[in-house]
This record gives sequence, structure tokens and C-alpha cells, in this order.
Amino acid sequence: MTSAKSPLMGSGRLIDENSFKERMIVLFTKWETLLALLFVLEIVVFSNITPYFLDYFNLMNASFTFMEKAVMALPMIFVIMSGDIDISIASIIALVSFAMGYAAESGVDTAGLILIGLSVGTLAGMFNGFFITKLGMPAIAVTLATQSLFRGISQAVLEDHAYTTYPESFAFFGQGYVGDSLIPFELVLFLALAVIMGFILHKTTYGRQLYAIGNSKSAARFAGIYVDRVRFINFTLNGLFCGIAAILLTSRIGSTRPNIALNWDIETITLVVLGGVSIMGGRGTVPGVTVAIFLLGYLKFGMGLLNISAKIMIITTGVLLIIAVLLPNFLDLIKAKRKLRLQQVRQN
Amino acid sequence: MRQFTILRAAIARREISLIILIGTLLALVTMRAPMFLSTDNIQRIVNDTVILIMVSLGQLLVILTGGIDLSVGSIIAFSGMSASLINQAQPAIPAALILLVGVLVGTALGMVNGAIVAFGKVPPIITTLGTMSIFRGFTFVISKGQWVTAHEMSQSYMNLPHGDFLGLTNLIWWGVLVSIVMIYFSTYTRSGREVYAIGGNATAARFVGVSERKIKFMIFTVSGFLSGLAGVMWTARYAAAVNETATGFELQTVAACVIGGVSIAGGSGTVAGVILGGLFIGIINNALPVINLSPFYQMFIQGFIVLLAMLINTLADRRQEKMLLGRRRS
Repeated sequence: MTSAKSPLMGSGRLIDENSFKERMIVLFTKWETLLALLFVLEIVVFSNITPYFLDYFNLMNASFTFMEKAVMALPMIFVIMSGDIDISIASIIALVSFAMGYAAESGVDTAGLILIGLSVGTLAGMFNGFFITKLGMPAIAVTLATQSLFRGISQAVLEDHAYTTYPESFAFFGQGYVGDSLIPFELVLFLALAVIMGFILHKTTYGRQLYAIGNSKSAARFAGIYVDRVRFINFTLNGLFCGIAAILLTSRIGSTRPNIALNWDIETITLVVLGGVSIMGGRGTVPGVTVAIFLLGYLKFGMGLLNISAKIMIITTGVLLIIAVLLPNFLDLIKAKRKLRLQQVRQN
Repeated sequence: MRQFTILRAAIARREISLIILIGTLLALVTMRAPMFLSTDNIQRIVNDTVILIMVSLGQLLVILTGGIDLSVGSIIAFSGMSASLINQAQPAIPAALILLVGVLVGTALGMVNGAIVAFGKVPPIITTLGTMSIFRGFTFVISKGQWVTAHEMSQSYMNLPHGDFLGLTNLIWWGVLVSIVMIYFSTYTRSGREVYAIGGNATAARFVGVSERKIKFMIFTVSGFLSGLAGVMWTARYAAAVNETATGFELQTVAACVIGGVSIAGGSGTVAGVILGGLFIGIINNALPVINLSPFYQMFIQGFIVLLAMLINTLADRRQEKMLLGRRRS
């Protein structure tokens, strides 16, 4: 038995795939686990530095600042998962907010505003989806154009003015709390939407189809998946969720300017990629992105408490984004080596 | 042989159709305002557009390989800011030397992008999305949030783009130089053809011995170099280095490429097309005030035109595909 001396055998014992150690290694090389650990670390560090961090009231209220982006990130998981991208989402927000502001000026009530918001968002998403799937144009190019187009409409009409008159009851969506508690409505809405989107992605045929498309469009097509239909639905969902986010944001700040939510598309994509969704498609989970949302959101909150300048935060976000992709590359390398080792051991 | 000429004709047609489009646009605007077609005004438009064209040519190389460089705006800001800060602190240093430093800074930032993409195997869109924030953040850090304004810059620095040579500004000459080098590089050099090869089919390119790593590192470096040059020119031309310089400029460069007929999937596109695409954007931006349209329409019109240009390209591609298929059948 020469294999006993082989370095592949560790200390001479066969590696047992189901052993506690092996399962722990698999668990801890998972991106979601690393994110969760990072999140715990973040809480421990910040709460040790400043007494204001670990405060129920503060934590709840801080969530207002990133819940709209969180809502936008959910359908973006689907889009990126299937190998597409949408850089027009912030402009959809601008368009939706503009449409609602225009309607509010002419006296539409809250229910009407919500209806307008949701439908304008959905239509904008369908507009993207039409060009991308029916005409076969690249997603990044189409959404680059609609990024100017959608926000351009708002800017052409509003110029440097703003809509600021909204019905009083409209303020609830972005500023309200659930019942008498301190839990913001936005937070609850996001969590509910996350559960729904998580269910769709991880427990339904549609979700499985997304993974298949992301791994190989042509293989998915040969397997009988209506690839373009799925992608069209993704972009439509993206529009609908931007409609929701626009309602929340407009309601929270109570005004509509052409530069509303500027650069949020890039911030949202950062959240999704940081959450472990592969930009090449085919990999990612809703829980991963959810953890990333809170990780980044509370990182900004904590750094704000410590008076760290916003510029440092911008740099940190950029560094995190690159590391988020670099690190899994290395983890994959380690995993591939382990797999090879297991195979060789089995052959012996 | 015949197929080859047809293909060449199709490629040539795209530039020709763009020239016709620009001609029509100029004619329409001139009907409203005869002043528009004066030599002075044309030169002003070109002068306004040269920076966009130079950076778009770097973007072209990146897009040709199937990537995208979203960090060009931030590189412009960072290199422009560092050059201006040097000028502010030491006005005695010759402007040419400062130009060199600015260009080197841009090149170094491009190399950072290139290293992450080529050696870290991070997709270009993620890399440059990240460095876009990082470089912009560092611009604020080195400037401490302050601006460098006209009276803090030396006259020789501000003359870098404004100086006159044979009746044209230095800036235009820089643009001509960059364009000629790029045409030569993309058409006649081995590395230039390898850029097209990677974008056309990366696997095939690898099998014929093209080093994907080397090429990807190189194109991001070139893009950084051109952005660095643009950064110095930008701050000197507008006689101000602010932290928000060239925000959103990356999308304009991509738009110039797309209008110029560059395929965003990589592998096809020409320098001439990008120059025309850039000029097209420049003319529109300059025409809006002339025809009394509020500048607030600029964003909408630009988005509309990019979409339209892509639509025309896509439909033309489809027809071409059909033609080739029909030929094969007969």
C-alpha cells in the first residue's frame, strides 16, 4: 500500500465526507456563512466601540435608510442569476416617482398613487424586457439607454423643480410603523417580499429554471425552458419592485426631484453581488443577499455613528465588492482541490 | 472572396450611414440656425468632443474584448485632481511634466483594473464598478474635499489644451494623434488584432496562442492612460478640478461606442465608428441650445438616440444574417 504514504491521505486516515469536520469545512467555505459571521463580527465590534449602536430604537430606525435598495435587490437577484443585468432601475424609480408626483399634483388619492406607481414601474420593466428578449439586444446596452431615457423624462418635465404635495395618508408607506411597535413598515414589507422571492427562487420550478438559464442558456433551451419568457418576466418583476421601492422612497422623503435615487442601480448591484450572486449567472441565494443588505446597511450606520466620512464608506463599498468576487474565486479553487483529493482517495 | 467583400461593405456601410445621419442632423439644425455650420462653431464642437472621443477609444478596446470599463470617469477625476494639486502646490513645475505625471497616474489606475481582471479573474463590470467607487473616494481623500480653481492654476497649465498650433487647439491635435495611433494599433498591429480575436471567440483565440491575460491587462492600461490624459486636459480646459469631475462620463463613452456601431458583446467595432459616434453626441449636446430646446432635454434625447442607434444596428445585423443564410442555401 503506497497510498498510505501519500500526502493526499492526511494523517493516514481516509477522509470521510460525512464526518463532522468535513461537513464543517463545507459549511464554512459557504459564502452565506462567511457573510453571517462577518455580520456578527460587525455587531460585536461596533457595539464595543460605541454604546449607541446596539440600541433597539436606533437599529430599527437605521433600517429606513436602506430598505428601498433592499427591495430593489430582490428581483435583481433573478436578473443577475440568469446572466443579465439591469442598470436602469434607479431611473425607473425617478420615472415612477415623477408619475406619482404629477398625479398627486392633479389630486389623485393615495390608492390611485399606489396603482400608478406599481403600473408605471411594471411597464418600464416590460419596456426593457421587450427590447432585450424580443429583439435580442444586450441587457447592459438597453438598460444603459433607458437609464438616460427614463430619468430624462422626469428631468425634461420637472427641470429644476420638484413635486412636494402628497396626500397625508401617503406618508405611511415610507415613514410608518407597524401598529404601536417600533418596527418600520418598510422593514416588514421587505422581509415579507424576501420570503416570497426566496420561496420562488428556492422552492419552485421557476427558480430552478433561473439556475439552469444562468448556467447555460442554450442547455436550458434544449431542456425545454422558455428562456426568453423567463427573462422577460425577470425584467418585468424588476420594474414592479422598482415601483414598490419608488412608492416607499417618495413617501419617505415626501418629494420628487429628477435626481432622486441617483446611482442606486450601482449600489443595488453591489448588494446583490456581495450577497454571493455570481455576475456570470447560475449562482446565488436570497438569504445570502438579505444578510449582505443588513451587513452593508449597518456598516454604514455604524461608520456614521463613528463620524467616519462618507468618502471612506464609498471606498469601503468598492473594496468589499471586489473582494466579494475575488474571495469565492479562491474558495472555489480550494474546494476543487479538496474534491480532487476525495476522488483520488476513493480510487485508492 | 465574395462573402468577404459583402462583409466589408456591410461594415463600411455602418460608418457611412452614421455620416449620413450626422449630415442630416447638421442640415436640420442649420435650417433653424444658419450660424451653426460656421467654421468657428464646428471647431468649437470638435473641441468640446475631443475628450469624449479619446476616452471612448479606450472604452472601445475594452468593449471589443467583451468587457466594459465603468471607472473611466473616476480615473479622469483622480488624475485630473492630482495634476491640479501638483500645479497648485508647485506652480514652477513645467506643465508638460505635470501632464506626464497625470497620464502616469491614470495609467497606474488602469493597471490596477487590468490586474484585478486579468489575474484575479474578476469580471470587468464588477472590477470597474468597484474601482469606480474606490478611485472617486480617493479623489475626495487627496483633495480633502476642496476644489482647485482657475486662479490657483498656472497659466502654462491652463494652456495645455488651449494653445494654438496651425489654427487648431492643442486639444484637437491630441485627439488627432490618439485617433491615428488607435487606428494603426487596432488595424495593423498583432496585439490590436488579438483584441478583436478575444472578443470574437475567446476559446478560439486561446487555441491559436493569444494570451488573454496579457491583452486584458493591456487594454485596461490603455484605457487608464487615455483617461489620465483626458483628466489633465479636462481640468486644464475648464480651469477647475472638482471632486465630481466626469461623474456619469463612463456611460457617455459607452454610448459613443454603441452609436458608433460597436457590438457590446465584443469582437466588432471600429475606431472610425467611435469617433463618429462621439461627434454625434457632441453635435446633439451643442445643438440643443441653438434650436432653443432646454438643456434639461439632453438626457432624454441622448437615451432615445442610443436606443434608436442600437435598434438600427440590431435590425441591420438581422438582415445581414438572413442574407448570408440565403446565400448559403442557394
